[in-house]
Amino acid sequence: MQPFTTLTAIAVPMHEANIDTNQLCPTRFNKVPRGPKYREILFYDSRFRPDGTQTEFMLNASPYDQSGIIVADRNFGCGSSRETAVYALYEFGIRCVIAPSFGDIFAANCAKNGLLAITLPEAECAALRRQLQDKPGAKISVDLSAQTVTDVEGRVHTFEIHEVRKRCLLEGLDDIARTQQYAEKIAGFEKGYYKDRPWLGAAARQG
Amino acid sequence: MTAQTMFEKIWNSHIVADEEGEILLYVDRALIHEGSSHAFAALAKNNYKVARPQQVFAFTDHYVPTTGREKGVAGIAVDEIRNMVIGQHENTAKHGIRLFGFDDPRQGILHIVPPEQGITQPGLLICGADSHTSTHGAFGCIAFGIGASDMTHVMATQATWQRKPKTLRITVDGKPGFGVSPKDIILAIIAKIGAEGGVGHAIEYAGPVFRSMSMEGRMTVCNMSIEAGARCGMIAPDETTFAYMAGRPFAPKKGAEWDAAMAKWKLLPTDAGATFDREVSLDAAQIEPMVTWGVNPEMAGAVGGHVPDPKNAPDERRRSDWTMALDYMGLTAGMALTDIRIDRVFIGSCTNSRIEDIRAAAEVAKLGRAVVPAWVVPGSKVVKAQAEKEGLDRILLDAGFEWRDPGCSMCTAINGDQLKPGERSASTSNRNFRNRQGPGGRTHLVSPAMAAAAALKGHFTDVRDLIK
Repeated sequence: MQPFTTLTAIAVPMHEANIDTNQLCPTRFNKVPRGPKYREILFYDSRFRPDGTQTEFMLNASPYDQSGIIVADRNFGCGSSRETAVYALYEFGIRCVIAPSFGDIFAANCAKNGLLAITLPEAECAALRRQLQDKPGAKISVDLSAQTVTDVEGRVHTFEIHEVRKRCLLEGLDDIARTQQYAEKIAGFEKGYYKDRPWLGAAARQG
Repeated sequence: MTAQTMFEKIWNSHIVADEEGEILLYVDRALIHEGSSHAFAALAKNNYKVARPQQVFAFTDHYVPTTGREKGVAGIAVDEIRNMVIGQHENTAKHGIRLFGFDDPRQGILHIVPPEQGITQPGLLICGADSHTSTHGAFGCIAFGIGASDMTHVMATQATWQRKPKTLRITVDGKPGFGVSPKDIILAIIAKIGAEGGVGHAIEYAGPVFRSMSMEGRMTVCNMSIEAGARCGMIAPDETTFAYMAGRPFAPKKGAEWDAAMAKWKLLPTDAGATFDREVSLDAAQIEPMVTWGVNPEMAGAVGGHVPDPKNAPDERRRSDWTMALDYMGLTAGMALTDIRIDRVFIGSCTNSRIEDIRAAAEVAKLGRAVVPAWVVPGSKVVKAQAEKEGLDRILLDAGFEWRDPGCSMCTAINGDQLKPGERSASTSNRNFRNRQGPGGRTHLVSPAMAAAAALKGHFTDVRDLIK
């Protein structure tokens, strides 16, 4: 996983609440193997007409075709667990989404792919979006180590992140390798667990 | 000992390790489908083995066709779709994972088959490669959807890193009125708490309404927990649960095994006096058959009501969201929901394709004839066979409905079953998101009985006027 440390990038404001993962990656693209094709897939049904021509959607034109950050409204990434939504953001160049709340599964998927999902209060997100609306193409800065977002006007907002998630992002840690260090502990857990639940060990093997 | 919620009991019994509040949880069962190709690709790339292949169960549902199955996998016309089904077969065979595949007589949707087979049990922790894994919580277990990276992790280690969510108890008191189904109850709950009302929470549904509800109904309710933003929803196991479980192929065998399981299961329900982080309550008597009018499941109202006017929205955000929704849905503010004409009906999906749902649809279908194309897609071959045994397929076919083969079909719309641009559906599925049932498609979520009623009339109608 690519580490996330600091980022200064063009930020695109998205005012709608409940932007779901179906919008980020329409279902029919879920079968596409991970790779650069996902750049085009992001928000496909908003960006392209049925005949394949481009719409006026903001990500299609300068400056927002160079966006690295999205500032959104509530419940961003709700709905389906598809990780392809994150692949699409990543390939487009988005490395950070700032919103008042996120779909839980989407937020987990971001963390596993080096994307930083930052939760800021609703009023601060609205203020950031207003600033960006007034200055299209303005950049904002994110510092994960310091847990800060510096907005267009230079104001600093701090955010919370779990220490373990922060460390994994900063170092780009592969968490399977980390968990494999617990292999003995998992095996030990199973011993006690199945001793207590004799019907479960067997049940998994029948049918 | 302090009083505990059911969620806490099950959560605590699965803790392997704790890193400053990041908890490594043991996973009893992992459920995957054809779309888990990304997870298999990640396993292959890193040369990871599947740690406990006997605890991973694979289902062919998202990409299978719902007609023409007699031609076999080779009969799937589109290469990319056929390759998803073939790829799943190869990946599961390679890793020794049990596949309920294309030709299996138990084939069906990954949230329909495990309960039917007894794979879903009280007290378990289940991870699925699909957000509607919340369905399984109907048995009193913790079940939630995860993305491809987390599924790769589960397959490689049989464990998952999670942080403990807050708890939310939703109590529905009273008795639902005539013609009000579990789907209406969960749509009313989501309309009340909102599409993000459950974010960061595990929901427990409690109260007399759920106690007297069948397992099928409980699964419909828990299924849509994710549409309120909650990763999981659960209902305490009781005699209804145990009666459903008994004799299922993967359930504990009668005798010592069953007795040991029952002794454990009976300890699962939330203790008296246990506290939740949040409590919400509804009165069942106030709930009516529901229809969604917008582009997320919170945009819903009682069938006797009207499409709301954005001018009357409670705040600026909802004003703009409602305006956008009416524009996409092609609806006029203030129009009666019963004046909305539909082009298609879809009865199916992991929300509503169980035997009770088919019965409810047939009950209405026998009162008339479908005036628009109306599909019924059972959730599994087992449901299909049961419905045919009861003669429900005949009733539906005689009323002009189509009786198809099991799969996710037009709910997720990736097997080729989809709406045309601008088409409007009455659908028993779970998401009315823009473009969900096909680019430009417009989806209204309803119960199976309401969907069948809409099929007979060509517009939404209060099913209670038909079946009274």
